[in-house]
Amino acid sequence: MEHYLSLLLKAVFVENLALAFFLGMCTFLAVSKNVKTAMGLSLAVVVIQTITVPANNLIYQHLLKEGALSWAGESFTSADLTFLGLISYIGVIAAMVQILEMALDRYFPALYNTLGIFLPLITVNCAILGGTLFMVERDYNFADSVVFGFGSGLGWALAICALAGIREKMKYSEVPEGLRGLGITFITVGLMALAFMSFSGIQL
Amino acid sequence: MKPIRNVLDRVKPQFERGGRLERLYPLYEALDTFLYTPGEVTSQASHVRDSLDMKRMMGTVVVALIPCIVMAMWNTGYQANLALDQLDPEAAAASAAGWRDSVMQLLGVGYNPRSMLSNLLHGALYFIPVFLVCNMAGGFWEVLFGVVRKHEINEGFLVTGMLFPLTLPPTIPLWQVALGISFGVVFGKEVFGGTGRNFLNPALTARAYLYFAHPKFITGDTVWTAVDGYTAATPLGAQAIAPVQTGITAITGAEGLNFTWLQAFLGTIPGSMGETSTLACLLGAILLIATGIGSWRIMAGVLIGSMSLAALLNYLGSPTNPMFAMPAHWHLVVGGLAFGLVFMATDPVSASMTETGKWYYGALIGAMTILIRVINPAFPEGIMLAILFGNVFAPLIDYTVVQANIRRRLARNAA
Repeated sequence: MEHYLSLLLKAVFVENLALAFFLGMCTFLAVSKNVKTAMGLSLAVVVIQTITVPANNLIYQHLLKEGALSWAGESFTSADLTFLGLISYIGVIAAMVQILEMALDRYFPALYNTLGIFLPLITVNCAILGGTLFMVERDYNFADSVVFGFGSGLGWALAICALAGIREKMKYSEVPEGLRGLGITFITVGLMALAFMSFSGIQL
Repeated sequence: MKPIRNVLDRVKPQFERGGRLERLYPLYEALDTFLYTPGEVTSQASHVRDSLDMKRMMGTVVVALIPCIVMAMWNTGYQANLALDQLDPEAAAASAAGWRDSVMQLLGVGYNPRSMLSNLLHGALYFIPVFLVCNMAGGFWEVLFGVVRKHEINEGFLVTGMLFPLTLPPTIPLWQVALGISFGVVFGKEVFGGTGRNFLNPALTARAYLYFAHPKFITGDTVWTAVDGYTAATPLGAQAIAPVQTGITAITGAEGLNFTWLQAFLGTIPGSMGETSTLACLLGAILLIATGIGSWRIMAGVLIGSMSLAALLNYLGSPTNPMFAMPAHWHLVVGGLAFGLVFMATDPVSASMTETGKWYYGALIGAMTILIRVINPAFPEGIMLAILFGNVFAPLIDYTVVQANIRRRLARNAA
């Protein structure tokens, strides 16, 4: 139990996908203008991440990893299909996003409309693929990957909600003309990362 | 005071529209309102009928900081004199040599840790240069932005310019001070449009920037005492590397630093200049709470968050981590917890705005401080990063509180 708790905390805070690895920046910067939309997108990311990382874990552990195909017969024991990794993972992610999109369209049309183009763009959100690749690199087992998928999604979600909160507050700021829009957002994200450095170095 | 008023009134036309020094009007305005109560009344909307304005607010914080500043000077001098006292006379003379020594000689004050005057003066010779450089460098950016962007120069900077030196170790090189405050003022505040529009505390932004960019000058055991090559660990630094079984004897024991709790409370221990004395912070806190400038909710939140988590971790104990052995009442008096709690966390701009949010915001900071101190071996001190972390989440906390309130009222009125 303690192992999973520390894995979760590590995924949420210490190795925050957005503020420690700067993954998923395009949506991070583009959909953080107000908290409400950011929360909707956060939810989508957490859901997608929690499904895709374990799903890809199954594919990796049972099909792609070297020797993983030994269940299929003697002649497959040395098969190493890891070169098919990227395309399989992206395929899974795209399929999941597609399903989520249809579900949102049917049941939460308001959220579906606000997320607009960014929902399908989750497919190519590097935070999502990044989560899967970290899972592969660290050779997590299935239970680990569920915890890690949820934690890393939650960390990213927390970061984008905090950024959205700050950007809503910044409506009252008077930013120099040349920095308005993305410029000041980059500076803001940098300063947020500075605050998140409080977690760097924690060994869990 | 009349002559100054006359001079100000005489040069005023030069700075007004059409005058020769029109561009420097913010500078004139700042000097005038700093010295005298401004005569103008609000010209636009939002007429709050209260005599509390930015000037009085920041002025009160500056007054509340006075005990800390006096203590900073005295303790810096005391620690240095104490260290010199322990060296043999020759080594002490060699170590003390420099322009500060010349000033001390000139005034005929020796290095005696038991002399109030010697301690104060020796400490002042360290604190004042840092303070001046900080205010000149920070003031330069403030004036530059004020002139170019035509906004008023605010008393807010006075507070930043006072808080920042107090968070630094006495041995900090002056170019570091200038670099740090420049980053803090420009990226922590001015790019967002100046006082009241930033989301991080500028003084802490500056401190964190120095901490990560130039750790050599601001961490370790040699920076806390203003004597060359003299090592003196801070209580937190010593405890973090102590053996696990010994409890907190690394701080209290005769072989360790040999400090009592009272010593740590009064502030006669090594550390950043202004943070060591919990008593001085307490005096400041009383003034801030009595005048309503600092939010008591935030202070109480930080106190509850930090003390309860520290007590819990202390109760749980740990076989590998010596920091678990530190009891809650010790956490309060060592390091910068008290200073951050009173002066940094309560910064009205970067803290939560809603009253309920202030509790959560405070508790978040308090808990984070203890967490960083105890479970993060990379940083012995946590209050600085914890407050920045709190600042990042303050707007989100406010948003949640406001939304919850809206939902509650909708539900109440629906019936």
